[in-house]
Amino acid sequence: MEAILFYLTATVAIISAVFVTQCRNPINSALNLITTFLCLAVFYIMLESPFMAAIQIMVYAGAIMVLIVFVIMLLNLGLAVKERYTHGIAGAGVLSALILFVANYFIRYGEATGTGGSVTSEVISSYGHTELIGRAMFVDFLLPFEIASILLLVAIVGAVILSKREV
Amino acid sequence: MITVNHYLLLSAILFAIGTFGVLTRKNAIVIFMCIEVMLNSVNLTFIALSRHVGNMDGQIFVFFVMTVAAAEAAVGLALMIAFFRNKESIDTDDFNMLKW
Repeated sequence: MEAILFYLTATVAIISAVFVTQCRNPINSALNLITTFLCLAVFYIMLESPFMAAIQIMVYAGAIMVLIVFVIMLLNLGLAVKERYTHGIAGAGVLSALILFVANYFIRYGEATGTGGSVTSEVISSYGHTELIGRAMFVDFLLPFEIASILLLVAIVGAVILSKREV
Repeated sequence: MITVNHYLLLSAILFAIGTFGVLTRKNAIVIFMCIEVMLNSVNLTFIALSRHVGNMDGQIFVFFVMTVAAAEAAVGLALMIAFFRNKESIDTDDFNMLKW
């Protein structure tokens, strides 16, 4: 059952990712990208990380995609679509096939070691995934969390400055 | 039985597709979306290995990747709007003002 769900979702994710790269209209790419994000959220649930799945849907499929679609609509790119919309297919195909081959080689002939950490399925089901995430984030990773908030502030200021007509 | 290798292979495939899109497309927004595909494939790797190892650190990393992706979306799209205002295009072939 899990295998069927995995392969089905993986097929949908890969096909929609291919369509992201191949659609002529950027809006179609954006909609296919949302499908990919939803498939990845399904994988996060299968990996017993429901909080990450919720964050994936809220932040990626919600916030970031709304921003991208908004910009596509704002720029009115339908007029700017040219005849040729790709370039360098041969070189990029060779490079991505090489990436895929090397990764496949490592995955096939390597072994993912290092099992047996403290967070098992029983721990997740007794504590809850959100509590474990919160504990790790606000105890072990408090300083990176604060730095991330400063990064977001800088990004907001930068976006406002860049898109203003006259500073 | 689905093992961690399945997830790793899937994220390798998604990463390769994203690389292909980044290198072949001309539209800057589509390139941006292909970068998001690559970031998401890395997120899938982090979460799969985090569950495999039994440690929460990988999932915290995913949070920071998402933070960086959100900041990148805000700044990158603002850059594209500023560029479109000057050039009336977001084709990467038109991004040649620094060319000599």
